[in-house]
Amino acid sequence: MTGVKAAAQAAMQAVMKKAVALAPDSWIPGGEPDPLIRHKHGLIGAAISRIDGPLKVAGQARFSAEFPMERMTYAALHYSTIAKGRITAIDAASARAAPGVVLVMTHENAPRLNPTPPFMSKPKAAGGDSVPVMQDDRIHWNGQPVALVLAETQEQADHAQSLIRVSYAPEAGVTSMASARAQGPEQGYFRGEPLKLEQGDAEDLLAAAPHRVDAAYSTPRHNHNSIELHAATVAWSGDELYIHDATQAVDHVAWSIAEAFGIEERQVRVTSPYVGGGFGSKILWQHQILAAAASKLAGRPVRIMVSREGVFRIVGGRTVTEQRVAIGAQSDGGFDAIIHTGTVAMTPHNNLPEPFILPARSAYAAKSFKLDVKTVKLNMVANTFMRAPGESVGTFGLESAIDELAFDLGMDPIALRIRNEPDKDPTTGLPFSARHIVEAWGAGAERFGWDKRNAQPRAQRDGDWLIGLGCATATYPYYRMPGGAARIVLRKDGHATVSISAHEMGMGTSTVQTQIAAERLGLTMEQVTFEYGDNTLPGVVLAGGSQQTAAIGGAVIAAHRKLVGELLKLAGNDSPLAGLKPDEVGGFDGGLCSLQDPSRSESYASILARARQDEVMAEADGSPPLEGQHWSMHSHGAMFCEVRVNAVTGEVRVSRFLGSFDCGRIINAKTAASQFRGGIVMGLGLALMEETQFDERTGRIMNPSLAEYHVPVHLDVPMIEVMWTDEPDPHTPMGARGVGEIGITGVGAAVANAVFNATGKRVRDLPITLDKLL
Amino acid sequence: MHPFRYEPAADTPAALALGAAAGAKYLGGGTNLVDLMRETIERPDILVDVSRLAGDITLDDHYGLIIGAGVKNTAAATDRLVRERFPLLSQAILAGASGQIRNVASVGGNVMQRTRCLYFFDDAARCNKREPGAGCDAVEGFNRNHAILGASPACVATHPSDMCVALAALGATVRVDGPHGERDIPIVDFHQLPGETPQIETVLRPGELIAAILLPANGVAARSSYRKVRDRSSYAFALVSVAAGLELEGDTIVDVRLALGGVAHKPWRAFIAETALKGGPATPAAFRQAAAAELASARPLRDNAFKIDLATRLIADTLEKLTQTAEPAQ
Ligand SMILES: Cc1cc2nc3c(=O)[nH]c(=O)nc-3n(C[C@H](O)[C@H](O)[C@H](O)COP(=O)(O)OP(=O)(O)OC[C@H]3O[C@@H](n4cnc5c(N)ncnc54)[C@H](O)[C@@H]3O)c2cc1C
Repeated sequence: MTGVKAAAQAAMQAVMKKAVALAPDSWIPGGEPDPLIRHKHGLIGAAISRIDGPLKVAGQARFSAEFPMERMTYAALHYSTIAKGRITAIDAASARAAPGVVLVMTHENAPRLNPTPPFMSKPKAAGGDSVPVMQDDRIHWNGQPVALVLAETQEQADHAQSLIRVSYAPEAGVTSMASARAQGPEQGYFRGEPLKLEQGDAEDLLAAAPHRVDAAYSTPRHNHNSIELHAATVAWSGDELYIHDATQAVDHVAWSIAEAFGIEERQVRVTSPYVGGGFGSKILWQHQILAAAASKLAGRPVRIMVSREGVFRIVGGRTVTEQRVAIGAQSDGGFDAIIHTGTVAMTPHNNLPEPFILPARSAYAAKSFKLDVKTVKLNMVANTFMRAPGESVGTFGLESAIDELAFDLGMDPIALRIRNEPDKDPTTGLPFSARHIVEAWGAGAERFGWDKRNAQPRAQRDGDWLIGLGCATATYPYYRMPGGAARIVLRKDGHATVSISAHEMGMGTSTVQTQIAAERLGLTMEQVTFEYGDNTLPGVVLAGGSQQTAAIGGAVIAAHRKLVGELLKLAGNDSPLAGLKPDEVGGFDGGLCSLQDPSRSESYASILARARQDEVMAEADGSPPLEGQHWSMHSHGAMFCEVRVNAVTGEVRVSRFLGSFDCGRIINAKTAASQFRGGIVMGLGLALMEETQFDERTGRIMNPSLAEYHVPVHLDVPMIEVMWTDEPDPHTPMGARGVGEIGITGVGAAVANAVFNATGKRVRDLPITLDKLL
Repeated sequence: MHPFRYEPAADTPAALALGAAAGAKYLGGGTNLVDLMRETIERPDILVDVSRLAGDITLDDHYGLIIGAGVKNTAAATDRLVRERFPLLSQAILAGASGQIRNVASVGGNVMQRTRCLYFFDDAARCNKREPGAGCDAVEGFNRNHAILGASPACVATHPSDMCVALAALGATVRVDGPHGERDIPIVDFHQLPGETPQIETVLRPGELIAAILLPANGVAARSSYRKVRDRSSYAFALVSVAAGLELEGDTIVDVRLALGGVAHKPWRAFIAETALKGGPATPAAFRQAAAAELASARPLRDNAFKIDLATRLIADTLEKLTQTAEPAQ
């Protein structure tokens, strides 16, 4: 081969490697996978540091309570101390007279507001509950805001708030599980569907099975404790409302606040450039509405930053679950019946019965199923989404029960799981879009040294410390919600801005989306700006359900297709690209080229210069998320845990943890690893210490502070290893499924199973505190 | 927060003069007092800042070691003399709070810190400490962290300090300065059991100021250890802690010191167990019996019955481990 020819071929190969075809716009059987999933050496998958990292460590990333405004006032809330009843009098005279006070707002002078649309009741509903905000004298839960003080400084507002005296006529509320149960449990509904499924006669098959486990598991209330407190800076300009919010749902918040105030959605602007953790909690609670109402009354901007105690009082968390898990099995381990039923607490004015049966719907094959979530209603702050609602606590019951069964059968718990690996979705019959959990188990077990585990409890000891190993399946569904839309503006200097009303809560969205857009367009990351966190941008994208990456991906694919069409039109007949259709070209090195013949190419700069245009713009809606109707789509993980339990004191220390994940294509190895690890850390808290102390006599949360509500400290967290199959899902944008929530799932059971292996004690009630092991 | 006047004290007489006023309170590092002021549980009118006074640790012929009340927790724990002569104290301080808090917290403030009872912290609850006669919501509420020894129907709160448990075991003395002069109070008599008056937590009189902690030289300090059991690895208050020191001659116990944390309204010196052990054999059975004798009067509440078993095990195990440690260097 001549040198020239070799060089030409090498150049050609380089181009071939880089040229990215358009992604197909629909996710239906027979459709082509997103070409990005084949990219092995580009930006996709690379361990790229967060682009906003330097800003954050330098304190230059501006969070919602950090926007300065002229004539700012500061808000403080006063909370009810009864769970149910009426306010009979509010003595706010000394608060009004206190230094710096601008306004005291109570139900007596608050502007009239419509009830808040609760989450999932309408497409853009964002309310944590539907209780009217400060509209009457009724108290629905202990901790409900009953007054708001605005003052010239935060300290003045806090002090004045403490001077308010409220008298109540208490009524008998429902504040204990026992009294709530006595009112009669009701069917739980999630996304409009009953949380109930019966296939075959599970109770009969269970009774007839040669091996069975049938046990009660329970998990306590958890509260949200993001580092950044819930906060907003709010200002009216005439009838237009501007909110700098800490939110994972800019559009939902804007629409819902507009509903509350009876104004048009377009009169509300919500921006949220940085969020210091959301985990499901950063939606619309009373504080944003109260701040906007007070701002309207006072005619001044308002900053509200809810105190840590306040977050416990007005922002809901994960609710209590009481679960029964029963599994009937043949001697070879095959499941005859899976029963997962139970009761959760919620309120009359919200929509989230913790759906703990979701994992059991698709994790294992079985001859019969009986799944059911019942709800009871309490006077308490409305419970809400918290990292993997349902799966995080549901896997505790299910995966503990499987471990119990494996021990009873004398089978390895991994082998038992693989024995019941389904070949299609066990309850819907849909094919799996991609499922590689068996590979994840194999790789994880080898890496962790699972073969060294002694199945007999109390077999391994180091001085006072009993050592045990445990494992569990992690699982979380793939979601892509409707409403995604994106805009791409490509400038003639080769710079692209991709805009979508999405969110950056610290998980790395802006970095990851910059990577993807750069790869798709054939640009460098420096040439791409990702614009987000503003409801005036295209699309309605919730940062929830681990769906944001897919939703943005789907929308950008659509906008990109349109953009390439526009570019080809502009390129016209004088371009080497002349005559090519959008599907015949790909993005590479700052321009487009023919996929057939990469030598036919033209740079974006050249196309725009010839067309005498400064920029080209395309905006499009993401395709409807049909993929979820054709396939059963789930991520999985194999979780491994080693614990050391002190034989004298019962103290539990997790000494090793490994998560081996099957989550489709991993787009950024660094940010994904952080999501997995963060989820596991939160799972260790769930396993060992997190518990809201809800006093059932009064309905009051008694540990509303980080001193008394325990989350893991550094010393509680060992080295956490994470690994992944990196098998793309052919039916998702980029081949990726979400990674935000799965990390917390399975952890509770992996720890409990390891504790059993260490001690022979089975703890079925979280958290696993030392008194349960004495 | 209730509005207050802030007065830094230049020296002890100035502090005492300022501290004599009604509504005055001394301020150390503020890690406890300021938190409680934010919750409006404490509402002083005048804060007399004593954190710059009495900041030395000195050797004394008569008392052994004198630690000024203004010495920071971190400084006390890392001081060479403290570590060499009273490693138990160093361990106990380091088992408390977090590095950041210990860096600002003072020794005087540590002794005077108030209970962490959830119902004391929440003014929506009934609490006899905050409002004598109001009743106690902890007796039938969340009381995992509460007392099993020496409690009363009026109050089941615990004293949260780790440092004071070591001080109790070491037989330390609290030196106080006051309008009527100086006096020395053994630490075991300094904190009070709740009885009918849980609002009275110490024998300190109005206006009196802690000046120093006096640590006598003794034979148990060398073979000693502090063990704290809590709900997470760090940054949590003790469920039960044990400060133990042992002086042996062969297998015979010449002297033994035992104090418990997390079990009572005061650091609990285990005199019953000590008496049972002194002069007897250092055997696991003797340790277990002595521990059981100490806990015989324990009364569990709804959430804390496990503490009786835990304290018993912890005492026996800690003493047993002390017998296995190498003969202390002379
Ligand atoms: C989250 C958290 C966790 C903690 N965990 C632990 C733990 O695990 N173990 C533990 O032992 N402690 C723990 N602490 C408590 C900590 O040790 C105390 O807050 C600290 O020692 C108090 O010292 P200070 O100087 O800050 O006292 P301050 O807050 O300044 O004062 C406390 C009290 O002492 C009085 N006072 C101060 N100095 C004097 C003096 N010279 N004479 C008379 N009265 C005085 C004050 O008037 C006040 O009543 C924790 C604290 C927090 C906030």
